[in-house]
Amino acid sequence: MTESRSFTIGIEGVALWSPFLPGWERARRILRGDEPAPTAPAPRPVPQALPPNERRRASETVALAIDAARLACAAADRDPASLPCVFGSMYGDLAITDYLCSTLAVDPKLLSPTKFHNSVHNAPAGYWTIAVGSMRPYTSLCAGEQSFAVTLLEAIVQAHGGAEPVLMAAYDIDARGALVSVAPSRLQLATALVLGAASSDRAIARWRVSLQSARREAASRAQPRNEALVAGNAMASCLPLFEALAQGGTCRLVLPMNPALSLVLETIS
Amino acid sequence: MRVTAATAACAAGLGKQAILDSLVAGQSGLRPNHFGRDPLPTWIGAVPDAALLPLPPQLASYECRNNRLAWLAHAQDGFSASVRAARERHGPGRVALVIGTSTSSIGATEEAYRELTAERAIPAHLRGLAVYSPHSTGEFLARAFDLENVAVTIATACSSGAKAFAHAARLLEAGIADAAVVGGVDSLCESVLFGFNSLALVSPDPCRPFDITRCGINLGEAAALALLETQGEGIRYLGAGESSDAHHMSAPHPGGLGARLAMAQALANAGIHASDVDYVNLHGTASAKNDAVEAAAIADMFDAETHASSTKGWTGHALGAAGALEAVITMLAIEHSFMPGTINSDTLDPDCGPQVRLHGAHGRVGIALSNSFGFGGSNCSLVFAAAE
Repeated sequence: MTESRSFTIGIEGVALWSPFLPGWERARRILRGDEPAPTAPAPRPVPQALPPNERRRASETVALAIDAARLACAAADRDPASLPCVFGSMYGDLAITDYLCSTLAVDPKLLSPTKFHNSVHNAPAGYWTIAVGSMRPYTSLCAGEQSFAVTLLEAIVQAHGGAEPVLMAAYDIDARGALVSVAPSRLQLATALVLGAASSDRAIARWRVSLQSARREAASRAQPRNEALVAGNAMASCLPLFEALAQGGTCRLVLPMNPALSLVLETIS
Repeated sequence: MRVTAATAACAAGLGKQAILDSLVAGQSGLRPNHFGRDPLPTWIGAVPDAALLPLPPQLASYECRNNRLAWLAHAQDGFSASVRAARERHGPGRVALVIGTSTSSIGATEEAYRELTAERAIPAHLRGLAVYSPHSTGEFLARAFDLENVAVTIATACSSGAKAFAHAARLLEAGIADAAVVGGVDSLCESVLFGFNSLALVSPDPCRPFDITRCGINLGEAAALALLETQGEGIRYLGAGESSDAHHMSAPHPGGLGARLAMAQALANAGIHASDVDYVNLHGTASAKNDAVEAAAIADMFDAETHASSTKGWTGHALGAAGALEAVITMLAIEHSFMPGTINSDTLDPDCGPQVRLHGAHGRVGIALSNSFGFGGSNCSLVFAAAE
């Protein structure tokens, strides 16, 4: 197949939270093997970007995605309101989907209006732009099991094509109720990156990005001990990238976007 | 960039000619609601069940109303043949797929929840289906068209189908793909009927966009598909404008700041002025707030000669498909030199300027804009132009 042209990008800010990878600073050490993972799941972070009265009411995907987004912007030292953003989630909020479908099956007229408007896939991105007062465009997308790679591609395309950095967030939570058998996702995982130009002096990692036929090279895998920490989460395919960021140095990552096409990231040295 | 093929299936018709005929005749596709077990007293824009044929055996695991609707549209107007030709021209690895949706196949999950076992599990015979992820329809169409480039679902509520064009254009501009199947698919389901009802946004009557007595929306469903290519013959896609309201999850910014920003960006990205726009297909849902905000923005931004209308009175609000459906309607206006009016309405809200028209009009449409605004404050405007 024809090779697409390649892009270069810089990573300016990183955030990650999962019950056994609680926050990027600890996650970095855990993913490098410098510190053991917690033996008990960490409590979910409080989404500090939201006004205090909304923090407790926020749905899980909203709370997790917004907090990751805030921390990535802070790490990049970028004004959150200035960044266009790309949010991705394979399933959206599975807890709300379970609530909606359970309520509809029993008495549709009992549906909560708040839960309904929080059920849209773009609720985390919507609440984020409201919380930080951003009128910049956002998007919210999914692409099945390849949701992370496809979210990353959209952020790369936007960051490369525009003159300014782009915020991306990718997250999924655990399935609830009857969804467990048909939308299998375990644990909670939220990540965010601020992507900018490779020439940015804020970049902590610089990558050359290209697309290639996936048949040529196997998908990158994180180390088994790290994979186990997010095993079963619908966004777990993000882990090789965050492991590479934790380790630093040079790397080559192959992230499938479908059975025939992969996103390839190579460190620019 | 060119739109080299397009089609749609909605309450106003199956295929472009049927939709155009309805638009010209002022024939609404809205019907009293019959959907679900205990239908709400409202009107809906439904595609007839009889038209929603079973999927072919090799795609049977995608069986659900949303994918049947996508399948119905893909067979209209020679669209699948156009995609096949593009696939041969560019190679399957160079044709992307970008589909907008709000609720996708959630209707299938609702049905499964009505059949839970005593252990509150989804019955075994329903577990193998590939319909429980919001990407179901994107995956289904990528399989149906046998495409091997990026396949992505855009889910930004009611702006999804419009934003799909902006996403696809970025993929083409970046050289990721040479062509993209773009569109929106959303089908009626209890989530949206009862969900919008819980927000007191559903009208008991046929919706009356921009009417002083409007009292809410009618839910609709549609599948609308287009083929966007870097080269070729057809309507020109000039660009998009995207913005966020930063205001409220389910109410527009009272000053319409986000909507105005999206329209202004779309004009700037298309390299045109507001005075160049002959027709605007409005979001015009017939909700009190949306129409007030949009009417004021249009009155401020466009010339009196610009013809603006909402076609929701024909189709209902097809949510995540609306942006793509109205893109197809906007392209029909360009191709057939016919600008639809706004049916069901008879007394325009004083917020409306001279742009908002109740009656359709024949006349050349060189450049047209289509608006889509959604929950979560997501706004998108698209600009199309006649082929030279």
